[in-house]
Amino acid sequence: MPPVFGVLFDGLAYGMLLFLLSVGLSVTLGMMNFVNLAHCSFAMLGGYVTVTLMNRLGWPFFATLPVAFVAAAAATVLLERAFFRRFYNATDLEQCLLTIGIVFVSIAAAAYIYGTDQQPVQLPPFLRGSIHFAGLNFAIYRLFLIAIALTITVVLVATLEMTRFGAQVRAAVNNQRMARGLGIDVDALFAVTFALGSGLAGLGGALAIDLVGLDPSFAFTYLIYVLIVVSVGGLGSIGGSLAAAMLLGISDIAGKYYVPAIGSILIYLVMTVLIMLRPAGIFGRR
Amino acid sequence: MASTTIAEPRAYLQAQMRWRWGEIAFWLATLLPFIVTPDYLLLASQVAIAALFVLSLDLILGFAGIVSLGHAAYFGTGAYTAGLISKWGWGEPLTGLVTAALAAGLFGYVTSFIIARFRHLPLIMITLGIGLLLQESANSASWLTGGFDGLQGIHTWPILGRFRFDLYGYSAYGYALAALFVIFLGARRLIHSPFGLALRGIRDNGQRMRAIGAPTHSHIRTIYTIAAMIAGAAGAILAQTTETVSLEVLGFQRSADVLVMLILGGTGRLYGGLLGAVVYMVARDQFSGLNPQYWYFWIGLLLIAVVVVLPNGLLGGLSLLTWRAKAQS
Repeated sequence: MPPVFGVLFDGLAYGMLLFLLSVGLSVTLGMMNFVNLAHCSFAMLGGYVTVTLMNRLGWPFFATLPVAFVAAAAATVLLERAFFRRFYNATDLEQCLLTIGIVFVSIAAAAYIYGTDQQPVQLPPFLRGSIHFAGLNFAIYRLFLIAIALTITVVLVATLEMTRFGAQVRAAVNNQRMARGLGIDVDALFAVTFALGSGLAGLGGALAIDLVGLDPSFAFTYLIYVLIVVSVGGLGSIGGSLAAAMLLGISDIAGKYYVPAIGSILIYLVMTVLIMLRPAGIFGRR
Repeated sequence: MASTTIAEPRAYLQAQMRWRWGEIAFWLATLLPFIVTPDYLLLASQVAIAALFVLSLDLILGFAGIVSLGHAAYFGTGAYTAGLISKWGWGEPLTGLVTAALAAGLFGYVTSFIIARFRHLPLIMITLGIGLLLQESANSASWLTGGFDGLQGIHTWPILGRFRFDLYGYSAYGYALAALFVIFLGARRLIHSPFGLALRGIRDNGQRMRAIGAPTHSHIRTIYTIAAMIAGAAGAILAQTTETVSLEVLGFQRSADVLVMLILGGTGRLYGGLLGAVVYMVARDQFSGLNPQYWYFWIGLLLIAVVVVLPNGLLGGLSLLTWRAKAQS
């Protein structure tokens, strides 16, 4: 298979993963302007839940995925009640510091419980290997990842566009005060959105293990990627997040493949320049 | 009438600038490590370097309201500049320090044109991006920086030709403390000037400052460049006293650490950052003796506790206590 297709395919799968990890943060940031740097800690929690259930209790891979989603969402609800709720009107700096504190604690806790090694997962046999199609070679797990992410995108967009809940979320993202004025309970709405977004991150964390590995530094390493996706894609925009995640995934893989010497510089350069040109993101309106 | 309106702000600034007993006591106390804990002078020099770096962040964050997650970029620029000068055969520390500060200041001046245009999340992302960009560049340019292995072969000559850097850290602490004190005096003077007041105005309400005709962008560029120079000086002292420079000087961890120190002590108070640096560095030294791996667990808890319980840092909490005590009596 010519390398350009391989790079595109891998980049696409990687981008889909980044999209799953970041879409929740994009919506919550867009709605409440709450800078949640601990988003990837919830993703990491999902990953560790899957690892624990599979390796210690012998659950099948698929059965662990919903649990990863629920665990991350539940942890968010707890933290939202205990801390986040009080900081919605605080400054960016205080929100940053509170959530960085949570990141530090989560990293140390993960290192304490699981050690600093990479965690192994054993995928079910039908997700391993690759299939040949039209003379090209596709890794099955990546196809599976792309399929899941696309399904979730469709469900998300449908929920946001067609349901009453979605209309309320869109109203709150567009103009929080006006939405309150119309009698929408923005706080409750936000708590639900927050939990769903973190749940998706937890699912992303579980799906990420086979592709990028899982160790305690996950919460920091991928935080940076997620922030790039969110700020380049524009806050509160699902389409923007998807586009930005694709762009980042493909250019990251391509950069590392074609120009390994400066591959990682390229990503940060592209991000910094994009934010300078469009501070509200590619599709952002504010 | 006209004379009083001009004299009043001047008198206000002069009253602010007067030295208080607490400040004099603080600076006298910095000499104590020489006598009381001579075994910990190397740690004391690390504390002084951290304090200088925090001071630099306080100038932009505490006084001008610029949140930065990439301030290590300037620290690292200073450290690598000082290290390279020494490696290329000029190990004189004072000229090395000045050159490193100028190099970091130049980088700060160039980037300040970007910084001045943004606020809030884009600003946080851009500072983060600049920091990461510089670290990755230093990693790739291993022919210059030594890459992942760090810069080797630094040798610092004795200060003023007399005070040799030794294992006990007498010269290291004396050098770092002297630099901290001199730069602190400059920063203190700067903060209590009309320019310092203008910065606080920008922090509290940038739009209104622009409306009354203050050149906010050029003020931000000025203070950002100054802060970058101070950060570069702190990096240079680290490189000169430890005679190594590793990629870690540019790392995100360092940017986060300095932020934690500043928040812990209290922003916008000059002494807050210094106090935060002392508490943080000493605590890290003690805790990492117990279990180095879990240090960040405690730092995380501390950070959450400070934000939840003491939003203005240790010094803010202290001044609230004294204010209450005064109000009651």
